Amino acid sequence: MIQRKEFDLRLEGLRQLLREMGEHVRAALQNAVTSLQNLDLDLAAEVVAKDAELNQMEEQVMELGSKLIVTQQPVAKDLRKIIVAFKISSDLERMGDLALDVAKVTLRMNTQNLVKPLVDIPKMASLVEKMVEESLASYLDENTDLAYKMAQDDDEVDQLYSQILRDLYEVIRNNPDQLQQALLLTLVGRYIERIGDHATNIGESTVYLVTGQRPDLNQ
Amino acid sequence: MNPIIRINQLNLYYGSFHALKNVSMDIPEKEITAFIGPSGCGKSTLLRTLNRMNDMIPGTRIEGKVEIGERDIYGDQVEVEALRRNVGMVFQQPNPFPKSIYDNVAYGPRLHGTRSRSELDEVVERSLRQAVLWDEVKDYLKRSALRLSGGQQQRLCIARALAVQPDVLLMDEATSALDPISTLKIEELVQELKTSYTIVMVTHNMHQAARISGRTVFFLNGEVVEASETQQLFSNPRDSRTEDYISGRFG
Repeated sequence: MIQRKEFDLRLEGLRQLLREMGEHVRAALQNAVTSLQNLDLDLAAEVVAKDAELNQMEEQVMELGSKLIVTQQPVAKDLRKIIVAFKISSDLERMGDLALDVAKVTLRMNTQNLVKPLVDIPKMASLVEKMVEESLASYLDENTDLAYKMAQDDDEVDQLYSQILRDLYEVIRNNPDQLQQALLLTLVGRYIERIGDHATNIGESTVYLVTGQRPDLNQ
Repeated sequence: MNPIIRINQLNLYYGSFHALKNVSMDIPEKEITAFIGPSGCGKSTLLRTLNRMNDMIPGTRIEGKVEIGERDIYGDQVEVEALRRNVGMVFQQPNPFPKSIYDNVAYGPRLHGTRSRSELDEVVERSLRQAVLWDEVKDYLKRSALRLSGGQQQRLCIARALAVQPDVLLMDEATSALDPISTLKIEELVQELKTSYTIVMVTHNMHQAARISGRTVFFLNGEVVEASETQQLFSNPRDSRTEDYISGRFG
């Protein structure tokens, strides 16, 4: 039989770990994009160095969740809480990796000047950062309305991504010698867009946690 | 669902105590249905209603209808002995007769008129095979059943119940007195039996209900709170009282 008090404490522990992971990802994304905008190599290096912490937190979630399954044999919403913790921690870890990839682009650019001032990438990044915050809030507050609302922002992210691709295509056409940098910036757009997709996954996990149904918010 | 048991507006009173309140449900044929709920919720009372074991308790009064097959089992024409042959029961404590293994299994068929030795031999072997006990006891059929282990005794009781070829097998906490290995054997056996029999089990072990039953019924204070597919009930119960109970918030 489930030892309810201890079990509830540990479930709350899982939730707090995910909160921390979310904070970590939000900061990593913000710093990675800032490092690119300002070509701040130190800040980029910091993002790279901190990624290991996120991986450790994901492992903690896996370990604690597995232990709860083995020792408490949870059912119904208790079980969904653990399944969702696994899923969200994996999404957050991937988001951290993508932020890391953005920081690595900064490092690869080294000190070369940007071919054009970054406009849409920071715009998309701040929209995605908001999605990350809202997806986490939807999970922490079990707020499915917020999950659905957040997922709608993904359309705008996709539009910005298309715009970024068009602009960079123009850059490549007009300045073929800037091909390498333009390709790197294309990748940055792709990385940030993928972070938005993972935020949408977190929204889906929230809906599953609350209702037991699996919606597709990535449409 | 192809129901073999139909319970309609069943109320049961022990004297002034209202033990089952307006219980209605269909129990599907050749499936395992588990009754769960806290002590005193009425699950065992309902199980015993299905082969009229409650008749033996003075002061019991029943209203409503219980049909097994097409027959109202509380109707005037019903012979309780014939009903119990059709609806066998296995109890919490293994209760073999102090007789040989063979005579335990042959007891029912003999009682119902089978005299031929070869026929009895056949029934005993078939029943012990169905109860997955044959290989362990085939060389010791004349030995006292009381020399068997607890798990073997329980499988013998299942073989004894199967020997009269019932349609329905009731199991009242049938593994709660057994060790985990014996419990596992009975659970595997029950899974096999559902291809030929309808099984209704009462269990305090929710994980057992989740493991082996196709449908689960949750009782509380004499009422059915929720009756669903087992997977649905344990993954996403409709009623918050079910969720609280299966999650260990009370009971």
